[in-house]
Amino acid sequence: MKELSFAIKNTIPIFFTYLFIGIAFGILMSDAGYGILLSTASAFFIFAGSMQIVMVPMMTSGASLISIAIMTFFINARHLFYGIGFIEQFRNMGWKKPYMILTLTDETYSLLCSVQYDPGLDKNKAAFLIAFLDHMYWVFGCFLGSCAGQFLDFDMEGIIFSATAFFLVVVVNQWRQQRSKLPFFVAVVCSAVFLLLLGKDYFIIPTLIACLLSLMLLRRSIETGEVSDDE
Amino acid sequence: MTNSVFYPIAVIAVTALVTWTLRAFPFLVFGNRPLPEMVHYLGRVLPPAIMTVLVIYCLRETSFAQYPFGIPEIIASLLVIVLQWIRGNMYLSIVTGTVCYMILIHLL
Repeated sequence: MKELSFAIKNTIPIFFTYLFIGIAFGILMSDAGYGILLSTASAFFIFAGSMQIVMVPMMTSGASLISIAIMTFFINARHLFYGIGFIEQFRNMGWKKPYMILTLTDETYSLLCSVQYDPGLDKNKAAFLIAFLDHMYWVFGCFLGSCAGQFLDFDMEGIIFSATAFFLVVVVNQWRQQRSKLPFFVAVVCSAVFLLLLGKDYFIIPTLIACLLSLMLLRRSIETGEVSDDE
Repeated sequence: MTNSVFYPIAVIAVTALVTWTLRAFPFLVFGNRPLPEMVHYLGRVLPPAIMTVLVIYCLRETSFAQYPFGIPEIIASLLVIVLQWIRGNMYLSIVTGTVCYMILIHLL
């Protein structure tokens, strides 16, 4: 089946990333006392790395479901914009359409945006297999990490840093892509203000709301900055 | 409530439902219509701000006032940034940074 080998070939980098971050998530979950079933279910149903990793400390501190929902909204709000480019393509995918929509992660999205389909390939089938393989890599990684955390007894203290490293990598990539650097400074200033005002346990949601409002207010200067960079 | 077996299940369900709603939103609302300008703009500038806040959120437990003064966090973070900047290999950056951090917290 040439679509399958095409999908495997194109998803290999994602395989390694998902496996490692999935394992880190599984170990985090198991360190926090949550079992294989919960880790695997999170991977299968949520399938959003950043939020799953943030969810663990929120869960251990007994955060309310409302604050979990708000946090999920902010962390995954970027997904609001991913579907826009695929409204046309997913329309003729029949039963696969809901699956394609619900599994559109950062990595699947960037791959589907950039992939060059070989001539003669069934494009819809190949796109579906890419989404499906990514999903399975993630479930497998989270499952493995959870098993490792439960049955292996090695010192994993500090594995939590993989979450920090993951977000740092994303920030570095975005820094290179974004023409206006203002959003990064807005984020640092808002975080600093609310960290000082509210402390480390309560600053995140007000900070995210403040970022949203500041960016709306700063729209003119950000867009002017982007234009002047072109000259 | 938070000690009940249902709490983690409820957390996972809420997280999944919000994530699904966000992913399905453009298909449900915009269909064929063009995006409002402000939404388009926010789609571009919000992700870098959110990710920057998340880095700070992850590092919130670091105490710079007492030993080891956040040194493991600082060194490991710089290593991740430099590696990602030079090599651009996400997997390499995350693994090296994490291993470096795990070694540093044992040494210091």
